[in-house]
Amino acid sequence: MNTPRALVEVRDLKMHFPIYGGVLKRQIGAVKAVDGVSFDILEGETLGIVGESGCGKSTCGRAVLRLYEATAGSITIDGTDIATMSQEELRQERPKMQMVFQDPQASLNPRMTVASLIGEPLDEHTKWSRQKKLERIYELMDAVGLNREFAHRYPHAFSGGQRQRIGIARALALNPKFIVCDEPIAALDVSIQAQVVNLLEDLQKQFGLTYMFISHDLSMVRHIADRVAVMYLGVIVELAPVQAMFDQPLHPYTEALLSAVPEPDPSLSMQKDRIVLQGDVPSPSNPPQGCNFCTRCSKVMDICKIEQPELREIEPGHFAACHLRNQDQITGRTGGA
Amino acid sequence: MRDEAAPVLDVKDLKTVFRVRGGEVHAVNSVSFDLRPGELLGVVGESGSGKSVTMMSLLGLLPSPPAEVREGTVMLGDRDLLKVDEDTLRNIRGGDIGFVFQDPMTSLNPVFTVGFQIMEPLRAHMGMTKAQARDRSVELLDLVGIPDARRRLKDFPHQFSGGMRQRVMIAIALACNPKVLIADEPTTALDVTIQAQILELVKDLRQKLGMAIIWITHDLGVIAGIADRVMVMYGGQVVEQGPVKELFADPAHPYTRALLQTMPKLHGTRDEKLRVIEGQPPMLGQHPTSCPFRDRCAHSFERCATENPQRRPLGDNHDVACHWDHREEQV
Repeated sequence: MNTPRALVEVRDLKMHFPIYGGVLKRQIGAVKAVDGVSFDILEGETLGIVGESGCGKSTCGRAVLRLYEATAGSITIDGTDIATMSQEELRQERPKMQMVFQDPQASLNPRMTVASLIGEPLDEHTKWSRQKKLERIYELMDAVGLNREFAHRYPHAFSGGQRQRIGIARALALNPKFIVCDEPIAALDVSIQAQVVNLLEDLQKQFGLTYMFISHDLSMVRHIADRVAVMYLGVIVELAPVQAMFDQPLHPYTEALLSAVPEPDPSLSMQKDRIVLQGDVPSPSNPPQGCNFCTRCSKVMDICKIEQPELREIEPGHFAACHLRNQDQITGRTGGA
Repeated sequence: MRDEAAPVLDVKDLKTVFRVRGGEVHAVNSVSFDLRPGELLGVVGESGSGKSVTMMSLLGLLPSPPAEVREGTVMLGDRDLLKVDEDTLRNIRGGDIGFVFQDPMTSLNPVFTVGFQIMEPLRAHMGMTKAQARDRSVELLDLVGIPDARRRLKDFPHQFSGGMRQRVMIAIALACNPKVLIADEPTTALDVTIQAQILELVKDLRQKLGMAIIWITHDLGVIAGIADRVMVMYGGQVVEQGPVKELFADPAHPYTRALLQTMPKLHGTRDEKLRVIEGQPPMLGQHPTSCPFRDRCAHSFERCATENPQRRPLGDNHDVACHWDHREEQV
């Protein structure tokens, strides 16, 4: 078995948004939305990114596609470094990487028909004839389960789930290798969510796609992802294969996050020992010193308030950024020897 | 024991219709339910199932036109809320019945301090002086777990985080010791960790204050954790109703069953593929003469197309509106 290669490599990505203030409107600080994250996404896999709102997961997704100009770091997609290339070069690379947005209502132009929405990337990146484009549009509509007869209708005539299908067809138009799905199901009803997730999975198999799946819905991420990264206040605190992450979380934040998910079974729900985090997420413009999670962590130690823990491989393929685990490792080693 | 107590709120055959261009939308169709003292009733359904409209109809919160509450009775004690005049109703809202809305940012007024907004119902409904109202506000904010309450009264809503704002909303709803608290998707806009905080808070408040709560949500996980009884709505109707444990263990309506199956699990084996409910929710253009779930139902037969099923008891407080007998399948 040969190991699949990394399609996307992100190294030390930082995305700081400046804050201007004072009389002269000088920069007085920065919102550190993403503050040094590194990860790989292997070809054909789905990397789930989870975290609470404001943790930087969407910013991270957008920065990876260079929809934001990253403050620092390198992004390599399919062998090309896209972080430094010029806008024109970047435009040439766009067909490889696409995005599905959260709100299908806001991301589709209400004045364009479905055919022109799905065909827009083709107009931009190909010199195909009108006939060929229309064929491709129909093909895409079939692929995402939209009726061809609706090609000349406007987005308002569709339900939320169908609109999300239009968004997906549009992202697929240029045969991308990599798609960032930014909360693609958050705006949909439960019964429709399952339809869209199944569609994404089918398309992945059919076209060999690689996904970065950003969501706050942990149970859905558990279903769709191969590996999961948990973000907190701009950094990845844990990165692991999905099974390991959900069965044996190593970071206290992941533990708390998992235990906060309501259990849809009353008999289990009553006996569940819930870890309720106190307080709110600190402001990313003024993160606490040391570990970002030290203000809410129930297992906080002295070192956590001084030094920021690094993301380390604790078990094969299972990374966590926590001093607790570093200590475990040390004591474990001496104890075992 | 609790069952014998008179219900605090008793809703019978409620029908609400919206008049829109080119017709009507029958958003709520003959909804009946009751709420017993100290009970937490969970109401589940998709968007458009009529769960919010039902609750807003009770309190006359829907703008009319286009909305029109056509039929039904809503008994709060011995008063019918659909018959009382606007002044009485205004006193009941925020007085006997407190309301918590989904989005704490849009439901708090951004130009008034939080203190002003908590004191408003106290002064209007309870006739308190400013000083009394302020003391009571501090008590309320303490109760819902906002630290440094007295100082924070002077803060504006934007100075609070989402979870804190929802706590403020709960404090306002609790201000006049309501008999009934209606919470409309109160945690949907919040993160899971903050949601967990609010759920703990509500469990705690129930024990302390003992009011009855109606909790509207689309998240079955939330319901499983806090409700005593669950009512499932679909297409403007109640399709199933029962005690929480029984309903989750032995759901009788195909819609309830499908809803429970579509949810991915956090534990156990991962499903190869998610179960889906095919199709779309119904358009409610007219008063339904057939079962609203018919087109998406795996068990529908001829009778479902000609007759809208009535709710039938399944024993022990559990009832379902479906022609199909779910026990057949298990045999």
